[in-house]
Amino acid sequence: MHAVVGENGAGKSTLMKILYGMQRPDEGRIRVNGAEVSFRSPGDAIGVGVGMVHQHFMLAGNLTVLENVILGSEPRKGGVAIDFGAARARIREISDSYGLGIDPDVTVEDLGVGARQRVEILKVLYRGARILILDEPTAVLVPQEVTELFANLRELVREGLTIIFISHKLDEVLSVADAITVIRRGTTVAEVDPKDVTARQLAELMVGSELPSPETRESTVTDTVAISVRGLNVHSAEDRCIVDGVTFDIRKGEVLGIAGVEGNGQSELVEAIMGMRPAEGEIRLGEHDISGWTTLRRREAGIGYIPEDRHRHGLLLEAPLWENRILGHQTRRPNVKGPWIDRAGAREDTRRIVESYDVRTPGIDVDASALSGGNQQKLIVGREMSGEPVFLIASHPTRGVDVGAQAAIWDHLRAARAAGLAVLLISADLDELIGLSDTLKVILRGRIVAEVDPKDVTPERLGSAMTGAGEAA
Amino acid sequence: MSQNALATPEAPFQEPKRPARKFTFTWRTLLLAVGALILLLSFTRAVTGAADLTSTGAITASIALAVPIGLAGLGGLWAERAGVVNIGLEGMMIMGTWSGAWGALYFDNPWAGVVAGAIGGALGGLLHAIATVTFGVDHIISGVAINILGLGVTQFLSKVTFAEMKGGGDSQSPPVPKPEVVSVPWDRLGDQDPLRALEAKQWFLLSDVAGILRGLTTNVSLLTILAILLVPLSYYVLWRTAFGLRLRSCGESPVAAESLGVNVYLHKYVAVVVSGALAGLGGAFLAQVAASAYREGQTGGRGFIGLAAMIFGNWRPGGLAGGALLFGYTDGLQLRGSGAAVHALLLVVAILLAAVAVHQLVRQGRARTALITGVAAVVVFVVFALTDSIPPEFTSVTPHITTLLVLSLAAQRLRPPAANGVIYRRGQGG
Amino acid sequence: MSAKESTFADRLLGRVSPAGLLSLVAPVTAIVFAALVTMVILALTGAPPLDTLVVMGEYAVRPRSIVLTLNSATTYYLSALAVAIGFKMNLFNIGVDGQYRLAALTAAAVGGAVALPAPLHVALIIFVAVLVGAGWAAIAGLLKVRRGVSEVISTIMLNAIATALGSWLLNKERLAVEVGGSNNIGTKPIPPSGQVPGLAIVSGTQTKVFGLILLSIAMGVLFHIVINRTRFGFDLRATGRSESAAVASGVNVKRMILVSMVLSGAVAGLVGMPQLLGASHSYSLDFPTGLGFTGIAIALLGRNHPVGIAFGALLWAFLDTSAGILQIKKISPDIVTIMQGVIVLSVIIAYELVHRYQIAAEQRRVSRQLASTAPAEEGTPA
Repeated sequence: MHAVVGENGAGKSTLMKILYGMQRPDEGRIRVNGAEVSFRSPGDAIGVGVGMVHQHFMLAGNLTVLENVILGSEPRKGGVAIDFGAARARIREISDSYGLGIDPDVTVEDLGVGARQRVEILKVLYRGARILILDEPTAVLVPQEVTELFANLRELVREGLTIIFISHKLDEVLSVADAITVIRRGTTVAEVDPKDVTARQLAELMVGSELPSPETRESTVTDTVAISVRGLNVHSAEDRCIVDGVTFDIRKGEVLGIAGVEGNGQSELVEAIMGMRPAEGEIRLGEHDISGWTTLRRREAGIGYIPEDRHRHGLLLEAPLWENRILGHQTRRPNVKGPWIDRAGAREDTRRIVESYDVRTPGIDVDASALSGGNQQKLIVGREMSGEPVFLIASHPTRGVDVGAQAAIWDHLRAARAAGLAVLLISADLDELIGLSDTLKVILRGRIVAEVDPKDVTPERLGSAMTGAGEAA
Repeated sequence: MSQNALATPEAPFQEPKRPARKFTFTWRTLLLAVGALILLLSFTRAVTGAADLTSTGAITASIALAVPIGLAGLGGLWAERAGVVNIGLEGMMIMGTWSGAWGALYFDNPWAGVVAGAIGGALGGLLHAIATVTFGVDHIISGVAINILGLGVTQFLSKVTFAEMKGGGDSQSPPVPKPEVVSVPWDRLGDQDPLRALEAKQWFLLSDVAGILRGLTTNVSLLTILAILLVPLSYYVLWRTAFGLRLRSCGESPVAAESLGVNVYLHKYVAVVVSGALAGLGGAFLAQVAASAYREGQTGGRGFIGLAAMIFGNWRPGGLAGGALLFGYTDGLQLRGSGAAVHALLLVVAILLAAVAVHQLVRQGRARTALITGVAAVVVFVVFALTDSIPPEFTSVTPHITTLLVLSLAAQRLRPPAANGVIYRRGQGG
Repeated sequence: MSAKESTFADRLLGRVSPAGLLSLVAPVTAIVFAALVTMVILALTGAPPLDTLVVMGEYAVRPRSIVLTLNSATTYYLSALAVAIGFKMNLFNIGVDGQYRLAALTAAAVGGAVALPAPLHVALIIFVAVLVGAGWAAIAGLLKVRRGVSEVISTIMLNAIATALGSWLLNKERLAVEVGGSNNIGTKPIPPSGQVPGLAIVSGTQTKVFGLILLSIAMGVLFHIVINRTRFGFDLRATGRSESAAVASGVNVKRMILVSMVLSGAVAGLVGMPQLLGASHSYSLDFPTGLGFTGIAIALLGRNHPVGIAFGALLWAFLDTSAGILQIKKISPDIVTIMQGVIVLSVIIAYELVHRYQIAAEQRRVSRQLASTAPAEEGTPA
């Protein structure tokens, strides 16, 4: 069992897509069992016995396990009919011999996440794969499910299969892997034996030993609490607790950074604060308890929002820039006068944003979809700052943005903080978090698990808190 | 990863879906249900004296009316199981009425008409597939356009073809050769037809069974039998064959299907063309069997009722057939001018509701739901007791009202294909 | 852009702005394609294709035909506007058909039953129509918001229910009386105080243009203002373009669904008014049906834009009118319906293709333009 570890964006997913034939490499060779291969499609990969378990399951919920497993390579009888007996026997056999415990006749919808993952594994085994690629298999599992999964994986390895395990949870990697490859920024930085390293050493390799040193700067943190969140809980549709008792205060002029591996409840936390997702707990903005307010009222009260997915939540891609200027601020000047859209006002202000936030565009009448990611983001930042916010949520504010735009966005955030804005910064970029935050909290499985001081942060501490390696300690 | 964007289109404000309770279907439950229904009908007949509830004539008429609805519903099933919403069924059915009549007349053979009807509908289906699958046009928009086009083409063609024929006109064809009818020769059992004699006796249960049996076995068109056989056949193809599994996977999760090498476009094409053919067959049935001639406006929205039957049947062939029979039955009673029988149906509904209420209270322990159902039962009973008849106009909308009720009250139990109506572009699987 | 003229390849590859001309490409292509299909069908059935089209065109420009065209277009325009309100936020109001028929019937009955001074009488009739249309549409809106029922299915079902309700109401025991000199029945005729006189704006014919053409025009202007100039319209369009972004911006999407459905129904209520108040003065068995579906087609043709819809409505009505000559020429006038159907189907495909092309083209154009002004910027379109 070989683990590939690396930070988000280190190139793990790309590597794995290449191994499974979903992307073609620019150069380099892949050898399977000594023979050189080149994959044009996932079909080729399956052909030589390489199978992949995707992080996002490729299962049809309304179909049974059996149907999901045999789809595309059905055992037949008489040419057309599916031989359900043979299929069932085969699935039982695989399930029993590797201890997967899968009943072929239940509907996938009725299965828990762990069982669905085992179905995915079964799907791959059914097609005769001898090499399994697992992409972040534990990202969606709760601890017991993780334990079960590892037991299953060990069973598979005992039966002679090869497993490539992609992860960034170091404790898990250390406990199951026979060999570890660490990648960072697209290249291999180390190949280590799990017996020889500790979680801390691994974290350091993964994050890079030189963490950015925070710039020395004046603290602008005041004593006035701008927003306070108490015991915030968010439940998923399956009633899983995604955000679990999150509590924090952000004062005026303070940037609170939330560090954490993605998918640990950050998005849900943000949506709950914005009022886009039902949640329990208290949220106070200044004097007011806003937990019962609508999204619109929260925005009017001065919450600015830079969403993590600007295409889904931040922009109307097929609308011109000046209309995007109005979005989220459609009850306020200069965009509206009473019930009317103030075109002149909105256009004028869009020009101002384009100018002062350096949005590179031929004009304010082009559609937002035509701009580059960085320019789209600068427009959003400019827009949210223009609403005179008292509290800003910046969720991955520089994701998918070129270096120039990144620096500009950081400058804007710093300036706003100096002017007394409270900022909740969520990011996967450690440079960004350490460079901007006054306080850093670490979120893991929906809970705030640690608080670190960005001024004397150590990579070991941050890495292990984020990945759960420090939990046992 | 691209499937990420695909997997999360749900808006955050949506309420969580409640998991549906599983219902396992066996022959025993089916037989029990049919038995209970006959018992209930004969009880109602005995109480109200509405003989038409179980008369041979009413049953024959119901079957004839249920067949086109069922065929359209099967058409909807095929398309939607592959993930293509087909509200163009009505247009395809209209094409079927003309081409069925024309084929039968031109070749002077009823079965040529049946084939032509299916082809006419299939052409409409092909058009829908081109627009929705290849060009990614919204399924509803394409369906609406096909309904407009189907009507225009048919009216034009009927003028071109039928106006010149003897006995035909601009909006009507000459009489069309019908497929053969068959009967079970009950009269060989005795001097007279014993079932008929039994039915005339008006005995509780026995006469009802006789009437229903005779209705089901007398003067049945071969096309009706073919249509009925298409229901289990569709089930077999869609649920028991590799092709069917692949087709359904396109409606559930095209991304997963494609990642396993299923040709999503091909399966969708086949499904929509078959869907059109089935609707066209329903049209041919209307022209050849139900009315014995093509007439303009003959479908009367049955394509939409077929869609309603499919929803009522929870996107399953058996349920769909049940829906078609129910809608055909109310229509059949109405068509026989039997206001009393339709009115008597209210009593049936009231009793059924009361039974459901008891079931909800005793078996499921859902007191509040049971109370609501119980109140509904009482209301229906009061309406039954206070009125003498139901205006015929309202009987004809039974399917539509039923559909709205099913959709608004039992939506959590419905299992439409997960990717139904979602436009799929090749390569979304990453 | 540099001063040199753009080449065809430039245009083809989207190196110049596609604005203006390209937006006309789709409908023009579709119309030409439909004309070709029509000619093929005509040729197949033995009629001279080109001559027939010429005859149709000549007939349609006679003064009387022009009036007929304008009158039909008036009605179609309202219907398409009703549909367009829904389309603007991705709602399919297929129920315009049922909404306008029920509205016209009720309004006609009310109009025939009361006596009021002229402007008030007309106002009351229109008010009732709007109310009934909106109310009937609200059922579908509520079902969607409260129970998650797709408006497509519910409006289809409600259309059939409206038909049944209409024929139940239009009965001599209830709202109907016999129409003199025929075996038709209809509501009690609306007295002159409730009628809207025609306008003699086309010379050379006795036939008058519906007075309510002015209402149509006013509704078009109102539609434009509400959709493009008001906060409400902005929220509506934002929801249609991206529901997730609208939610994040604070739009109450459920409320928007209900309100826009009701508005769509209210406009649908107006659809029958030009005919009712301008010509028939009574809702009888032969009151025009199917206008709601025509409205869907025209809204698609006109891209939900008030001016585009106007052209669509005129084109549709023009084709309808021109069919009048075909009967005399012994050609089935239904060839026009085929032509209309082909236009709709090909126009939606053409729009889809142009749309895809346009997005890609604009991205290329912007990055090119930026590259020439600011070579430092590495802007890959996202």
